Amino acid sequence: MSPSYFVKRLALIVYTLFVVSLVVFGITQVLPADAAVMLLGENATPDALAAIRDKLGLDQPVWVQYGHWLWGVLQGDFGVSLRTGQPVAPVLLEALGRSLTLAVLTIALMLVLALPLGIVAALRRGKLADLLVSIVSYVGVSLPEFVTATLIVLVLADWLQLLPATGFVPLTENFWDGLAHLALPVLTVSVILIAHVSRMVRSELVDVLHTDYVRAARLKGLSRRSVLFHHALHNALLPTITIVALDVGYLLGGVIVVEEIFALPGIGRHLIVAIQTRDLPSIQAGALIMAATYSVVNFMADLAYAWIDKRIQYG
Amino acid sequence: MAELLRRLLRTPQGLLGVLIVGLILVIVVCGPWLAPYGPDTMAPRLRYRAPSAEFLLGTDQYGRDILSRLLYGARSTVILACLATAFGTLAGALIGTTSAFLGGRADEAIMRTIDAILSIPSLLFALLIVNLLGKSSFSAVMAIGIAFTPGMTRVTRSVALAVTKQDYVNAAIARGERGGYIVLREMLPNVVAPIVVEMTIRVAFAVMLFATLSFLGLGAQPPSSEWGLMVAEARRFMHLSFWMILWPSLAVALVAIGFNLLGDGLRDALNPRT
Repeated sequence: MSPSYFVKRLALIVYTLFVVSLVVFGITQVLPADAAVMLLGENATPDALAAIRDKLGLDQPVWVQYGHWLWGVLQGDFGVSLRTGQPVAPVLLEALGRSLTLAVLTIALMLVLALPLGIVAALRRGKLADLLVSIVSYVGVSLPEFVTATLIVLVLADWLQLLPATGFVPLTENFWDGLAHLALPVLTVSVILIAHVSRMVRSELVDVLHTDYVRAARLKGLSRRSVLFHHALHNALLPTITIVALDVGYLLGGVIVVEEIFALPGIGRHLIVAIQTRDLPSIQAGALIMAATYSVVNFMADLAYAWIDKRIQYG
Repeated sequence: MAELLRRLLRTPQGLLGVLIVGLILVIVVCGPWLAPYGPDTMAPRLRYRAPSAEFLLGTDQYGRDILSRLLYGARSTVILACLATAFGTLAGALIGTTSAFLGGRADEAIMRTIDAILSIPSLLFALLIVNLLGKSSFSAVMAIGIAFTPGMTRVTRSVALAVTKQDYVNAAIARGERGGYIVLREMLPNVVAPIVVEMTIRVAFAVMLFATLSFLGLGAQPPSSEWGLMVAEARRFMHLSFWMILWPSLAVALVAIGFNLLGDGLRDALNPRT
């Protein structure tokens, strides 16, 4: 990875985060014709409106409001929740921790299942195993999280009574109980990711297995196993880094839905509550953190990719 | 066109996709006539019924016939998803072709900004816009359309870039045509095929997103029989009758699968290499 690649990619992520902050701030605070009326409703008293304008600095010019907000955000100050009167940042940070646990477990489960599925499908191209994997992955990518969650709850929690359907127990408090409570949410979010990633792994590996260098390796007498593990897989799995990073977008969306369904007090649920109660600072903070997470994950994936694959140049 | 259809029907995905999407279109158009009951006809004594000859898919918490509600709800679910996709595609196609046409620094600046906006996950973006416009089907459609715009811009631009290098565009420039004419009359028609593929697949996404928004209480509002909303309402009564939650969930899934299959089938059929 050349230094200039790194610098350019870094400039791009800074610009991305800047645009994201503009968009989030724009559609929450600037675009509403009168944010104060939007927050309090049409019947609010003039006093209440004046108070909230004062509190949020709504009577200042737009760019001053934005500058003020951004300056606070950069120092880790996301303002005060309109609903609870508490500072937003600590509450959100705690929620973020729970969501990250959910996300990390989901990605782990996805990798454990999606890679073998994709590899088996590619090796048995056109056979029954391939067909099964593609049917399952088709259904998987077509099921919205709330449908998957519904079906999973119906079968695993209601019918078989195997796992608890709602609630959250911190892993630090009771590891196994906590894991049991996370099982259904993790399973739900991972379905769509497993489906998507296994499909990508399959098509990458199918392409690689048809390259000349793989044929050459077979012709010089290496076993299929050795060709697969030492030659083909390395190149076929490289793009998976990027795909997984891009899928974090789905993951975040899934996290929002799943936390709402399973009453998991993470950042997604926090955001939905904030939207339903029109808690402006919490909405802004939640949205910004989620979007920033996605950009930063992709930034790191690009760097990792460029570090592993020396051919990548910034184009 | 006939050739395209023939190629489409030859692949298993294409055939299945055409069948499922065809069935859905029939339901969208004729649903209300096929429905045995009204979508809001209540029968308080016949609540939470399991499927039977009288109520093919059972009844819900007000004794409404679920099949009839699904048939009526197809319109609000599928048509709105298509509208949202069309809106996002149109906006994306305009920005994308314009950016490709302008080229150079303007193109660079537009695309970097689009990339930045793309880093906001679609569901999150849609949530923010619904927050701005208020909870309703209309704002859900706008939200999905706007959330799709950056992605569609990317797709159109990459196709359009390939087109810009073609001789007929240079010829139009040499003739001294205006920029708007070149974008709309010379370039857009040639980028349509890949866009149609992308659009079809996105309809599947839009159905899922729209149902998800309604499910979260931010899209269609009661007493609408939009499918996501039906699932959300049925959740509270899951223990009394799981049929109530099963059918609309499967309906959403079927539509999404249908459009995904059709999109993949179209991609293969339109791709001359296969």
